[in-house]
Order: sequence, then C-alpha cells, then structure tokens
Amino acid sequence: MNLVLRKLLRDVPAALGLAIVVIVLLVAIVGPMIAPYPGDAVTSHLLRRLKPPSGAFPFGTDNLGRDIFSRVILGARGALEVSLVVVGIAMAIGVPLGLIAGYRGGWLSELIMRITDSVLAIPQLMLALALAQFLTPSLESAMLALSLTYWPFFTRSVYAETRRVAASLFVDALRGIGAGAPRIIVFHVLPNVISPVIVRATIGVGFTILVAALLGFLGMGATPPAPDWGLMIAESRGYLPTSWWFAMFPGLAIMLTVAGFNLLGDGLRDLVDPRLRRSR
Amino acid sequence: MLRFVLRRCGLAVPSLFGLLVVTFLMIRLVPSDPAAAMAGDAATPEQIALLRHKYGLDQPVWDQFVVYLGRIVRLDLGESAFTHRPVATDIAQRLPATLELIFASMFLSVGLGVPIGVLAALRHNEMPDFVLRVLSVLGVAVATFWFAIMLQLLFSMQLHWLPLRGQLADSVPRPVNITGFLLLDSLLGRRWDAFGDALAHLVLPAVTLAFGGLSGIARFTRAGVLDTLQNDFVFYERAMGFRRSRLIWRYVLRNSVTATVTQIGLLFGGLIAGGVVVEAIFDWPGIGSYTVQAILTGDRQVMLSVTLLVGVIYAVVNILTDLVHGLLDPRLLDRT
Amino acid sequence: MIPLLHVSDLHVSIRTDAGIASVLDGIDLTLERGRILGVVGESGCGKSTLIRTIMGILPKGARADAGEILFEGENLLAFSEAELNSRVRSSRIGFIPQDPLMSLNPVFKVGTQMLEIMRDHAPPDGLRGAARQRARVQRLVGLLRRMQVPDPETALERYPHQFSGGQRQRLLIAAALACAPGLVIADEPTTALDVTTQHEILLLLRELVGEFGISLLFVTHDFGVVAELCDDLCVIYAGQTVEAGPVHAVLSAPAHPYTVALLACHPDRADSFQGIPGSVPSPLAPPPGCRFTPRCLHTTLPCSAAVPTGRSAVGTAVKCVLYA
Repeated sequence: MNLVLRKLLRDVPAALGLAIVVIVLLVAIVGPMIAPYPGDAVTSHLLRRLKPPSGAFPFGTDNLGRDIFSRVILGARGALEVSLVVVGIAMAIGVPLGLIAGYRGGWLSELIMRITDSVLAIPQLMLALALAQFLTPSLESAMLALSLTYWPFFTRSVYAETRRVAASLFVDALRGIGAGAPRIIVFHVLPNVISPVIVRATIGVGFTILVAALLGFLGMGATPPAPDWGLMIAESRGYLPTSWWFAMFPGLAIMLTVAGFNLLGDGLRDLVDPRLRRSR
Repeated sequence: MLRFVLRRCGLAVPSLFGLLVVTFLMIRLVPSDPAAAMAGDAATPEQIALLRHKYGLDQPVWDQFVVYLGRIVRLDLGESAFTHRPVATDIAQRLPATLELIFASMFLSVGLGVPIGVLAALRHNEMPDFVLRVLSVLGVAVATFWFAIMLQLLFSMQLHWLPLRGQLADSVPRPVNITGFLLLDSLLGRRWDAFGDALAHLVLPAVTLAFGGLSGIARFTRAGVLDTLQNDFVFYERAMGFRRSRLIWRYVLRNSVTATVTQIGLLFGGLIAGGVVVEAIFDWPGIGSYTVQAILTGDRQVMLSVTLLVGVIYAVVNILTDLVHGLLDPRLLDRT
Repeated sequence: MIPLLHVSDLHVSIRTDAGIASVLDGIDLTLERGRILGVVGESGCGKSTLIRTIMGILPKGARADAGEILFEGENLLAFSEAELNSRVRSSRIGFIPQDPLMSLNPVFKVGTQMLEIMRDHAPPDGLRGAARQRARVQRLVGLLRRMQVPDPETALERYPHQFSGGQRQRLLIAAALACAPGLVIADEPTTALDVTTQHEILLLLRELVGEFGISLLFVTHDFGVVAELCDDLCVIYAGQTVEAGPVHAVLSAPAHPYTVALLACHPDRADSFQGIPGSVPSPLAPPPGCRFTPRCLHTTLPCSAAVPTGRSAVGTAVKCVLYA
C-alpha cells in the first residue's frame, strides 16, 4: 500500500488530484467549523444582499444576503454525501452482478448482461433525468435514479475482468483442489477485479457530483434553502450579469472537486493498468 | 459489406427491445399512479379513470406491454399534458433544431479535438501535451450548465458579441420552412441575413456543448496516436522515408481514429443528454428545452417519449459508427 | 574501390531511467558491392539498434557517441533527418522488416502504401501526372510478379490482411526494391515465417542480389540462415563486433572464443546440447574491454583493456587478445 501511494505521488497530476480530494473531504467533514458564517446555510440577511466579493465576504453574498464562501464550503458535505451514497449503491448492485455473470456463465449470465446492456442503451444522464422525474422529485429520488442508472458500468467492467480471471490457470487449480464457487469468487476473483472497480468508483464519484449538481440546477435534487452547488447556480440566474460572483464560485467548486476525483482516478488507472494510459 | 450492415443491425435488436422493456417498466414500477400524473394536478377522478382506460392501465401488465409495443410501432407517443398536442408532432417539429445544434457541436469537437489530440501525442510529455491534459480534465469536470452561464455572462451580457438566447432574433423573419433545419432553410431560400443571425445564435450553445466532447475526443485521439506510434509499421514507414506530415496525418491518424470513432458514438449520446440543459439555458427550441419543460411540469408522456427517442437515436448512431469503423478498418468487414 | 557500407568503431548509448546503457560499443563491419553480409548475434546484442542507427531512426534518448557509418563514402551520422529522407531512405537504402505481419499498415491498400514509398523516392523517369503514376504501377506489378506474388495485377488493390505471411514478406521485398536502391537492409526477414517459406524467401533474396545489382545487409540470429545465404559474416556480442570474415572461413575455423562457443551450441553441430555458461552482461554496467571476458574460457589480464583487432589463421578479423 505504501508503495502504491509513493508511486501515485510521483505522478504530479495524480498527486494534485489526491490533494484536492483530501482537502474536499476535510472541508466536508469540518465545514461548519471553518465556514466564516456557518449559520448562512439557512439564515438570510436581507440588508447585505448581493454584495460583491470583499474581505468580509470573499465570494460575495447572494440574493438573500448569505455569504457565498460559507455556502460553498457547507455545500461540499452534501455533494460528497450524495455521490458517495450513489456510487456505493451502484457498486453494491453492480459488482455482485458482474461477478456472478462473469463466473457462472449460462442463462443467468446472459440475462444479467442483457439487462445491463439495455440500461446502457440510454445515455445515463437522460435515463437518470427520466427516472428522477418519474419518482416524485426529491433529493432521495435523485439519488435513487442516479444509483439505478450507474450500476451497469460496474457490472460491465467486473464482468469482463471476472471472465478473464475465471478462465485463468490458478482458478482452474483452485477448482481442482475442490474449492467452492463462493470461496473462489470472494477470496480469489474479487481481489483481482477490485482495482478496476476502485478506479471506476473514483471517477464515478466525480461524475456523480456533476450529474447531481445538474439535477439540483433543474430543481430535481436538493431543495432550498440547502447550500447545494447546483441549486445556488440556478438561484443566481435571475441576478446576472451584475452579480456574477453568485454564479461563478459554486461552479468553480464543482469543477475543482470533480477535476480532483478525475485526476486521482486517472492516476490510479495508470498504476493498475499502464497499458490504458489516460484513455477513458 | 451488406452482410456486415445486416449483422450489425441485427445486433441492435435485443438492445432496442431492452430499451422498450426498461421504459415500460419505468412507467409501471414507479409508486405513483401514472394516469393521475399524466392527467395533471387539476384532473377529476373521472378524467383519470378515462385516461387509465385509454392507455390500458386497467389491464394486466403483460397485455399492457403488448398495447405499449403496438403504440410505439405506430409512433403513437401519446399527448403532452402541457401542450395538449401529440408528442410525436411536438418532437418532429423540434428535432431539427436539436440536430442542428448537435451536429454543430460534433463538428467542433471532432474538427478541433482530433488535431489537438494528434499534436499532444507528438509532443508527448511536453508543453502542448500538458496543456491538453489540464484542459481535458477541466473539460470533463466542468458542469455544462455553469459553463453555459459563464459564456453567456462574458460574451452576451458583458461584451455583447453574441446573442444571449434563442435560435433567431425576433427582428429577423423566419425563412420559408423547407427542411425544418434553420441554417439549411436560410441557405436554400437565399436568406443571408437569417443565415448569419442563426449562425451567431448557434455559436455559444454549440461551443458549450462541444467543450466536454472536444476534450474527450482529443484524449482518445492522443491515446490512439500514442498507441499507433508503437506499431512496427510506423517504424517501417519511417525507414522507407514516408514524408513526416503524411506519415502522421494520413497513415498514423487513420489507424488511430478507428478507436476515436467508437468514441464519437458515445459522444453523440453525451451530446444529446448534455444538450437538454444547454438548450434550456439558451432557450433553444429543440428536444432539450422540451424535456426540461416536461421535467418542470411533470409531463411524463413527454419524458418517456424523449427517453425512447434518445435511446433509438443512440442505437442508430452506434450502428453508424460501427459502419464507419468497418470502412476505416477493412479487416473488420472481412471478418464477417 | 571504397566499400558500399563501412561502419567503423560505432558507439551508441541510450539514456534510461536506470542510467546510461551502452548498447553498441565498437561495431565494425564492411559490406562490399554485390555481396551479402550476414550480421549475427543473440537477441539483445544490439542488432536492431545497429539497423536503427544506420537508418537514422534512433529511439528517444539514444545517440551515436562515436564512430562512422560510411555509405558510398558519405557519413550517414552527419545527415539530418530531412537529408536522410530526401537522399537515402528508399532511394538508396531499401529496408525489409522483421515481421511481415505487423509491418504493413493494416488500413491501407498495399498499392497505396507502395506508391507512397515511390512518391518521394522513385528515380526520375521524365514522366508526369497520370503517365508517371501508370509507369509506377507498372513497375510495382512487374516487381510483384518477379516476387511470385499471386495475381500481381490485382494485388495492389488488396489489403495486407488478405495476404499470407510469406506473401506479405514478398510484398515487402518488392517495396524495398521499388525505388532501385543500391543497398538493402533485411532485419531477420524470415524469423516470423515457417521453415519452407523461409527457405523460398532466402532463395529469392539470393537471386535478387545479382538480378537487381544490390548489396544485402542481412541481420539474423541464425547461423543456419547465414550459411545458406551470405557471402560474408560479422559476429556481434553485447554490442561489440567480435569476428568478421568470409562465411566459410568463419564457420569452418571460428577463432574468437565467443564464436567458437556459439557454434558449439548450434543444434546442427553440437554433439551434446549445451549452452555458454554465464549470461550476457547488462549494457548498464558492462565489463571493461572485451564484454565476453566474464564468460570466456581463455580470460587473460589484458582482456579488460581496449581490444585490438587481429587476424586468425584463415584470415578473418578477430577482436581478441589471443590473436593480437
């Protein structure tokens, strides 16, 4: 593990990504403690609305006089919570299905992969929008919709890896000495397929932050007054072009966070499979 | 060649069927009553019952699926709860604007992404490569809706260089409708004023949409070129004295873009989905703003139809990219 | 008369993450006009670096530190990339690559690729436009017919994957001759082929040397192929020329301890199969002087100093203190 970390740190973009991810995680955890106006998540101060960036309000204030810097900091927790939960659920569905389909073969594998392909037949964003709309629009629906449309990506890559590992000599040897399927899958196949899953999950977290922000922007995710990055950008639209800071800083926060996860994911991928250098 | 086409189309059948099942299940499995949702908030119980009967929602699931299939085959996509017009009509009217935007973005992403990717590969680990890597990370990481707003802020609101929203200024009369495609119609009708204005309106949404795609294409082209450069035949071609420019832009690139072409299929899917919010922000009168309108008004029939439409377009584009793939790489055609 | 190709004391090193690798450390070889020179060495001895250096296509981080490559009296090492392209590659030096399956561009028709070679390098024929193109196609079809490629008239319209490995090697030989070069460099052109095809290709090459007035530099690891094809022989070990001379002289009376040991290993000759004890030194930390010293049965003190070239009893050039 130590070696992996050292190799990762030598890759400058990946190290940068790791740094960003660590910082965002820290901000998400201690956000309310470091935000200058932690109360501004909800309370409004109409006397100081739409103030441009200054020493007191580095990112300016919004239409209700709330400090945007504080809200951007406070928004990190929500963004990470949503995407970690979504990716977690997607993994919990996708990885076992991929393992079973890849190891078993036969009609069950065929069925699982057919369903996977069917879901993948629609661009994820589109399907998630439709699903989130069909469930009663709320943050929970948005998360469910995102999870239900993201798992096939895990199934696909786990399936391919499992097929490769299951066909290898050492798994044959394990079967030869009488190891059972569950044992082989959990103790021998899973460790071999886990690294592409980690890579996919890292990039998936970034990607999900992006899509979740979009859902928030369209009013299908977080609800006011939550300090949600997407929602803040949506709220800012009525106050342009004068209050440019209102729209700009939440967007930069999204970009930086997503870029961090992508850089880290790319770096991890290079470590796992140098052959696939930076292709996505 | 024909066999290749047929076989590829055959491969699309199960996934199109799966698409129908997924969309069907989506209406059936959601907790709330689809008929009630379709009818809207102001509907009376009688109206809801009527709708339920009209769409066969009072029948067994299996029969409903058959009815659903039959309606799809007849292109009967139901009626929009918001516009009170057949969804198929609305879509047909709005599709050209969306396609115009998507093709413009494709043109930008591929036209710029491929050369940028090649340059980055040739200057591997040097400045241009570094710039591309930073840009491509940002291109994937930037939220499209935010980027759209930032472009509007800068180029329309501050600099007043480009129009803020819409497809054509109100002061410019629409050219005679021939194909439905605004740019094409203004060309055919020799309406240069409309053509120029439409083009100016197209720039910002197309650039917004192209940015993410461009970095993806550039990344893939770069990886493809780096990969191709490892091949024995590149050494052979150098040893035989192929002129460098032709070696790179013809002989190496042709091999590298076979991988990129597959990406173009994915890109198209991404552009359609990403176009939803871009259209909404720029008030582009296409499928995307129609979708956002449906989201905001809870218009399920429209949501469902649009999802289906996007799935079908996606499938068609994937078949097309496979065909182009086959044309670019003759080995694939002979393998069938 | 000066030899067609004369490489003397060539040194090439490559900068790697692990340090500077001295890949070629004193290569001497001479190819006379109209002859076939076999360059023999084990894999990793620097054969492909040698070819790359002659063609001026060194990998990143590699450079020629010392020595000369005199081709028709001109030092190729002093040529710029543009000069090599305009005055040497294809037009004066043809190349037959090692792996016929991988060396043709898979997505272009054979004819497109061969005409691309002729585009900048074919000798002037006074023709222009379509007439010149027709003449070039004619020449290629003639070459393909001579190489016994089946259906030479339609071959140019086909793609590489539609030919077998042996046929593709014939296409590549035709391509090497397309611009009428004086020297052809062949990089183990038969290793990827089965034995029968290999034999046919060797026969063909042998005939072509006289027929097209070329000289052939044939790089291989296989003494059997050398015995069958070549006039002269140059043995390389770990980036150093160890012995050179006429094939029959070297093979019948090997002088350098490495050549002796290597020939003793050859399955056709060895009474009982045995290898050479020890292993090839790393180019990152080679032994000083003769690089065979650590594995040599005759090690004497001056081996680690610069080794002079001596003459064996049968007149081959030997780089070994035993013959100094």
